[in-house]
Amino acid sequence: MAYNLKEEMNKKERFYPGHRLCAGCAAGIVCRGMMRALNPEDKAVICNATGCLEVSSFQYPFTSWDDSYIHTAFENASATASGVEAAYRVMKRKGRLSDRENFKILAIGGDGGTYDIGFQSLSGALERGHDFTYFCYDNNAYMNTGTQRSSATPRFASATTTPAGLESVGKKQAQKDLTGIVVAHGSPYVAQTTLIGNLKDFHEKAHRAIYTKGPTFVNVLTPCPRGWQYPADELIDICKAAVETCVWPLYEVVNGEYRLTYEPRKKLPVEEFMRKQGRFSHCFKSGNEWTIEVAQEYVDKKWEELLKLCK
Amino acid sequence: MSIRERLSGNEAIATAMRQIDPDVFAMFPITPSTEIPQYFAQYVADGRVNTEFICVESEHSSLSACLGAEAAGVRAVTATSSAGLSYMNEVLYVAASLRLPVVLAVANRALTGPININHDYSDSMAERDSGFIQLYAENNQEVYDNYLMAHRIAEHPSVRLPLMVCEDGFITSHAIENIELEEDAAVKAFVGEYNPEHYLLKTENPLAVGPYGVSAYYMEARVAQAQAMKNAKQVILDVAEDFKRTFGRSYGFFEEYRMEDAELAMVIMGSSAGTAKACVDELRNEGIKAGLIKLRVFRPFPGEELCKALSACKAVAVMDKSEGFSSCGGPLFSETAGACFNLDTRPKMIDIVYGLGGRDFTVAQAKRVFLRLDEIRKTGETGPVYSWLGERSAV
Repeated sequence: MAYNLKEEMNKKERFYPGHRLCAGCAAGIVCRGMMRALNPEDKAVICNATGCLEVSSFQYPFTSWDDSYIHTAFENASATASGVEAAYRVMKRKGRLSDRENFKILAIGGDGGTYDIGFQSLSGALERGHDFTYFCYDNNAYMNTGTQRSSATPRFASATTTPAGLESVGKKQAQKDLTGIVVAHGSPYVAQTTLIGNLKDFHEKAHRAIYTKGPTFVNVLTPCPRGWQYPADELIDICKAAVETCVWPLYEVVNGEYRLTYEPRKKLPVEEFMRKQGRFSHCFKSGNEWTIEVAQEYVDKKWEELLKLCK
Repeated sequence: MSIRERLSGNEAIATAMRQIDPDVFAMFPITPSTEIPQYFAQYVADGRVNTEFICVESEHSSLSACLGAEAAGVRAVTATSSAGLSYMNEVLYVAASLRLPVVLAVANRALTGPININHDYSDSMAERDSGFIQLYAENNQEVYDNYLMAHRIAEHPSVRLPLMVCEDGFITSHAIENIELEEDAAVKAFVGEYNPEHYLLKTENPLAVGPYGVSAYYMEARVAQAQAMKNAKQVILDVAEDFKRTFGRSYGFFEEYRMEDAELAMVIMGSSAGTAKACVDELRNEGIKAGLIKLRVFRPFPGEELCKALSACKAVAVMDKSEGFSSCGGPLFSETAGACFNLDTRPKMIDIVYGLGGRDFTVAQAKRVFLRLDEIRKTGETGPVYSWLGERSAV
């Protein structure tokens, strides 16, 4: 059935308003979209790593989640999900859940809880082959604690632990290619997406990930107006710029087969993405122009590599 | 009808687990507890249990997976030792605060450093404030029996706290002793089914677990948890009572050995109690009124009962098989001394730190401790309150 945003929006909301996420935060849109990607008749258990989303969506005694939800710690969303999934299997086997009672096990964490501190737990759960889907809302830094750099922070971004200064042009290292690392685990479905257009790309990948058996992974670029330093109403423009510059290409890997899901008609220069954000403002200062060149070279190289994989 | 067997502590625990047939077992190997999941893996391989057995990539994850499973509505267990327990540290606190009654078998072993695989209590003593109930055992029989009682204590509606079943690494975990096992069906009937009221996989009523609790709510949650630990005392006694009725063996917070008229007493835990009991017998033969208290339940700490049991003594030695680095005594001593503080007349009390990293503890050493207590009884002079036993002098 063809994707239709209007119809999707008519579905019952499963992530309610009233949460404490910042104005313009993309994580709330990711959560709503993730829950819309479920078939309405299926229940879910959401396993959330500590982070912005957790402290904002489940402040006792209120929760934004219509489905069952568990948060235990920062680095163990995948291990917690493994336990929930094991319990689900055994309850099905022992008849405590009927054939008609179907749950989908979803894990969600930020880049800190996924690329960094939660990486081991994620890798273990992927290797063991639990039937669950991990959503990473990658906002490129530790936003909950005040924009400290993570391994998802792109090179040259000014973060509070890699600030730009008289002797610094921001973070020295490039972003870890987590999507590629997950692919290397042999997961049956891995995708990279963000929030563009009518959210078709995000929705289709989320749905496919949730309804592919085994450990699946969706890496969602999730801009943060506070940390990236741009006006809160520019979210969609930022996402679009990330895609059109190929800073964040949209692709999926199905049983090891790479497929681009969007190819920019004309690849925009990387500065179109960087210029919109305060975290890169130092790159545009006199004497720092080289950073934009280096950033461009890196994006070009990664894009070419991806195109080869997609052929 | 009991079954006579010869088993190590690890196999005794694995046997209890097989009989209980938990829903989820998440494991990560660590010496000396690893035999437990190994035995269990064979039960899985032979179709003797209906458990989801998950080999995870760390102890942090094994306990995290247990939390997920327990919250989802099923019985979850794991086993660990030493550094593995330390690595679980963060999740231990989460387990207790989420009120998830995971049962954790711990083969007690020294913490690094230097790295050492032998027995002392530094691992579980470091977790004494985690909110876990802690049961200790002198031998494989007690370990087995504690395990049979564990789920009922932990899962009791007025408790709902995770629980550690502790055994002495190698001394109990690996030594093979005679044991009386119970019939599978009798064990299943005694332990019962786990049917929590609220759980994640309840179709008609979803559950949210693990909120952010701001200052306006945090303290109430902690007080409720503290109250649950207090409630655990009665539940431990009630379950022990039922255990005695069912299987005939008797358990309390601690065992009092020849304490009737004891003037000199030793407070001790685990397998060392066997050695110390032999010493008490020798001293009694010599006419010295020696007695011993072997603590079974360290959390909740039975302070009131312990202080009552010690109140008539003249001198007490608390035996700490872990170093607390407080510079004034180990954890068992501070708790025991604290419990006795408000007695109108209280015994003189000393702390002996011994047996670290598997250092042997002998009847002769126990006797030296009692003779020191006898001196204290005679002179009223305590001498150094905190000292070590069995270490070589510095070169």
